Amino acid sequence: MKKDLFTIAGKKLNSRLIVGTGKYKNFKETAEAVKSSGADMVTVAVRRVNILDKKKPLLMDYLNPKKIIYLPNTAGCFNSNEALRTLRLAREMGGWKIVKLEVLGDKKTLYPNMIETLSATKVLVKEGFKVLVYCSDDPLLAKELEYEGASAIMPLASPIGSGLGIQNKVNLSIIINQSKVPVIVDAGIGTASDATVAMEMGCQGVLVNSAIAKAKNPILMAESFKHAVKAGRKSFLAKRMKKIYYGIASSPTEGLI
Amino acid sequence: MAKIQLNGRKITVGIKFSIFNLLKKYKIDSKKVAVELNNKIINKNKYKSTYLKSKDKIEIVHFIGGG
Repeated sequence: MKKDLFTIAGKKLNSRLIVGTGKYKNFKETAEAVKSSGADMVTVAVRRVNILDKKKPLLMDYLNPKKIIYLPNTAGCFNSNEALRTLRLAREMGGWKIVKLEVLGDKKTLYPNMIETLSATKVLVKEGFKVLVYCSDDPLLAKELEYEGASAIMPLASPIGSGLGIQNKVNLSIIINQSKVPVIVDAGIGTASDATVAMEMGCQGVLVNSAIAKAKNPILMAESFKHAVKAGRKSFLAKRMKKIYYGIASSPTEGLI
Repeated sequence: MAKIQLNGRKITVGIKFSIFNLLKKYKIDSKKVAVELNNKIINKNKYKSTYLKSKDKIEIVHFIGGG
């Protein structure tokens, strides 16, 4: 079989699983989970340095940005300007051009504000960023994002951190079929099988944070996700059997005694 | 003396005090952060030549865990 490569914004990745680095007990656990997930890209947030505590550990001391690709995100931003400010700072920090745009619209559901998301996408693309965009699962808006130059479309499976899995398979499947850029399910994945389902449907990858970090054993769950994503991808490539709504015996009837 | 705001906190620094001096004072590795002065990003090679004056607002950010 031909090597099944995953290229995103011109970068070749070995793993189709991208993991978030939030919500872990400490950086040691974060680093162990990332390692056991096999992911080569992780999302990171931009925040103020704690100037009072000079000894506070740094994420970069645990996850080497030279060995693992940092994908700066705009989590916590509620409008286009905040998101742009955050990503420009991220770029200044060390030349990060591949970024995740996430503009939230509602504090309770954390549902994305697609109007602000679209306008930020336009500006970022113009400034030379490669933008992976967290978005609603609306096929028309997904198309609009692609038109504006998004490097990947990242529809939610269900609300961020909810663990409810894929709630609208129809929309997700329309988005997968219409998109010429990678579709990566972001947000709402609850357990490994959710990731398998997303991959079987034809997603190019999945982005997972809470489902790993909030599992009782995050390190083991990270490993489970590694296999789940691979299994789903292989299943997609193998092309599943047709569904038939009656029984067809698996054993031959010839020579039956 | 210059009274400035650093990451939301009021601090006082001496005269002819640059961003480079500020990072050194707080033992911050310039390679791991980005600096914003009055909402404008300051290029890393300008840290030594950018001096702070009263009412300046400085933000120093870095990467933390996030989803």
